[in-house]
Amino acid sequence: MGAFQPLLMKSLLPLSILATADGSGSHDVLLKLAGVDYLILGIYFAFVIAIGWVLRKYLKTSKDFFESGRSLPAWVCALGFIGANLGAQEVIGMAASGAKYGIMTSHFYWIGAIPAMVFVAVFMMPFYYGSKARSVPEYLKLRFDEKTRSFNALTFAFMTIMSSGISMYALALLLNSILGWNFHLCIILSGVIVLLYIFMGGLTSAIYNEVLQFFLIVLGFLPLVLLGMKDVGGWHGLVEKLDVLAQRTGFQAGTYTQSWAHAGSASSNPMGVEWFGLAMGLGFVLSFGYWCTDFLVMQRAMAAKDMGAARRTPLLAAVPKMFFPFLVIFPGLIAMALTVGGHGFQLPPKDGSYDYNMVVPLMLGHYLPSGMLGIGLTALMASFMSGMAGNVTAFNTVFTYDLYQGHIKKDGTDAHYLAVGRWTTVFGILASMGAAYFAAAFNNIMDVLQLVFAFVNAPLFATFLLGMFWRRTSGHGAFWGLISGTVAAAVHQGLTIPVGAAVGLTQGGWVTIVHTYPSIMAQNFWTAIFAWTICMLATIVISLATAPNKTDDQLRGLVYSLTEKIREHDTPWYLRPATLGVVVLAGAVVLNIIFW
Amino acid sequence: MQLDVRIPMGLLFLLLGSILVVYGLISDPVIYTQHSLGQNVNLVWGSIFVVFGAAMLLLSRRKKE
Repeated sequence: MGAFQPLLMKSLLPLSILATADGSGSHDVLLKLAGVDYLILGIYFAFVIAIGWVLRKYLKTSKDFFESGRSLPAWVCALGFIGANLGAQEVIGMAASGAKYGIMTSHFYWIGAIPAMVFVAVFMMPFYYGSKARSVPEYLKLRFDEKTRSFNALTFAFMTIMSSGISMYALALLLNSILGWNFHLCIILSGVIVLLYIFMGGLTSAIYNEVLQFFLIVLGFLPLVLLGMKDVGGWHGLVEKLDVLAQRTGFQAGTYTQSWAHAGSASSNPMGVEWFGLAMGLGFVLSFGYWCTDFLVMQRAMAAKDMGAARRTPLLAAVPKMFFPFLVIFPGLIAMALTVGGHGFQLPPKDGSYDYNMVVPLMLGHYLPSGMLGIGLTALMASFMSGMAGNVTAFNTVFTYDLYQGHIKKDGTDAHYLAVGRWTTVFGILASMGAAYFAAAFNNIMDVLQLVFAFVNAPLFATFLLGMFWRRTSGHGAFWGLISGTVAAAVHQGLTIPVGAAVGLTQGGWVTIVHTYPSIMAQNFWTAIFAWTICMLATIVISLATAPNKTDDQLRGLVYSLTEKIREHDTPWYLRPATLGVVVLAGAVVLNIIFW
Repeated sequence: MQLDVRIPMGLLFLLLGSILVVYGLISDPVIYTQHSLGQNVNLVWGSIFVVFGAAMLLLSRRKKE
C-alpha cells in the first residue's frame, strides 16, 4: 500500500504503513546505544524543558500564550513554520517513499510545497495577519459566519488530536522496535515532556523548540547523507545502482533519479501518476490546501512581530524546504542503492517488497557510531515531538478561542482564557495519548478517520480563495460549498479504486466502481481535484443565489478588493515578499530542471 | 524582548559538540571503520557543532549591544 496522501494534508501516514512492528514488541534490538548516546538524549530533554521554564516568566497574557504576543522575528517564525511541519512521519515517510518511488518524491517539495508557500506569503498573509484574527477558523468567522467557523474549528481540533496521537503512537512503536524501549513508557514520556514545555511557555516555547529541532534534524541527518553518498560512489554511483533497480522493477533507466522525465504516463513510474494529476492534484489542490489554510503552520507566521515578518515567514521557510529532499529523500535513495548494490546493507523484506519505513532507523545504525548515533536519534525524537507540539498548540488555540470563547463563555477575562488554554493543553495531551492507544488498538478505524478528514481538507482552499478574492462570496455559499466539496470527495472515492486494491472504506469502490486508477496516489490526487472543483462551483452558485451576509465595511481587511494595498516603501526591495517569492520560485524551477 | 532563542540553541550545540569532540578523541577508532567509512565523524561533526553553537552565542550577544 502506498497511500501517503494524508501526509501532505495533515502530515500523516496511514497507520498500516507506519506499523512496522505489530506493537507487541519483538525485542530484536536494532540499534545499540552507548552511555554517551543516553547522555546526549538526556541533555536534549533537559534543554527542551528548560526553555519552557525560562520562558514562563515572560508569559503574562493569553496573547503571549497563544500568539507569542505577536513579537517574534521572521527567521524564528520561519524555522518554527518548517519545524512544525517536519514531523517524524515526514522524516521517516519521505525516506520511505524515496526508497519506494525514487526522486519523484521530491514533487512533494518542489511543486507540492514551494509554490503554495510563496502564494500564501504574497497574497494571503495580508488577510490572515492583517485581519487580527487569532486563528484560521476565526478568519472564517470574520469573513463568513459562525457555522463556517465552527465546522472548520471542530474538524481541525479533532484532526490535530488525532495527528498528535498518531505521532506519539508512531514514536512509541519505533522506539519499541529499534531500541526495545517500553511502549507505554514512550507514550507517557513524550506526552509529559511536550506538555511541560507548552504548559509553561506556550506557543513561544513550542516555536523555540521547533527552531532547535530544525537544526538538530538538519545537522543530525546531514552526516548520514554525506557518508551514504560517498559510500555509493557519489551521484553517478547512485544513478548507476538505481538504474539496476529500475531494470529489475521493469522501468526505464533513470526512473528513480529523474523527477519529471517518466511522468508522461502513470505506467512508466513506480508512483503510478501522470503529470496532470501530479501538477493539479498535488501541486495545486493538496499543496495549496495544506500550506495556505492549515492553522498548524499558519499559527507560526501569525506569531510574527509585524506584517512584513509574517509575510516573510513562509518565504524564508521555503528556502530550507527546497533543499529538504537532499536530507530526507536521499537516505531512501541511498538505502535502495546499497540494497541492490550489495554493500552489506539490506532493507528488510516485507510483503514481497521491502520494509521502507526502516530506512531511517537502519541508516542511522549503519552509518553513525555511538556519539553521532545519539545525535541522530535525538533528531528523530525531536521531529516526533515537534510534530506533536505543533498539533497541541494549534489545538489549544482553536479550542480556546473558536470553540470555548465562541460558544461557551464569550466574555471571560484574559486570565480566564489563559487558564483555559493551559488546561486545554493538558486535556489535549491526554486526548492525544488516548488517540495513540486507540490507533494501536483500532488501526483500521484510525485509517478511515484519517480519510474522512482528508475529505474535509481537500476542498478547503477553494473556500479561502473565493473568500479572499471574491467579495460576493456569502456565508451560506462558503459553508454549503465546503460540505458539497467534502461529500464530492467521499463520493469520488466511493466510485473509484486503485488497480489491484480490495473494495473497502479505505481503498475505495464502496459505492460501485466506475473508474480504476493506476495507483492509490493517483486516486488521491483526483479525489482532491474533484472535491476542490465541486466546492468552487457550489460556493459560487450558492453565493449568487443567497444574499451577501456582510457589508463592504465589515469585509475591509478581509477581502482583496476592499483592502488597502500594503505600503512597502520602508522595506528595502530585496526584503519585499514579491522579490523573495520570485527568488524562491526560481530556485524551485532550477531544481526541477536539474533533476528533470 | 524576551529570551533570544540563539542563547539556548548556542548552549545546546556547544555542549553537545564538546561531548562529541571528547568522545571522538577517547573512543575506540574501530567504531569508525565499522560505521562511518573510517572517518571520525564524532570529532569532525562535533567541531562543526561547537563552531555553530559559538556562532549562535556570538550573534545573540552582538544583537544586544
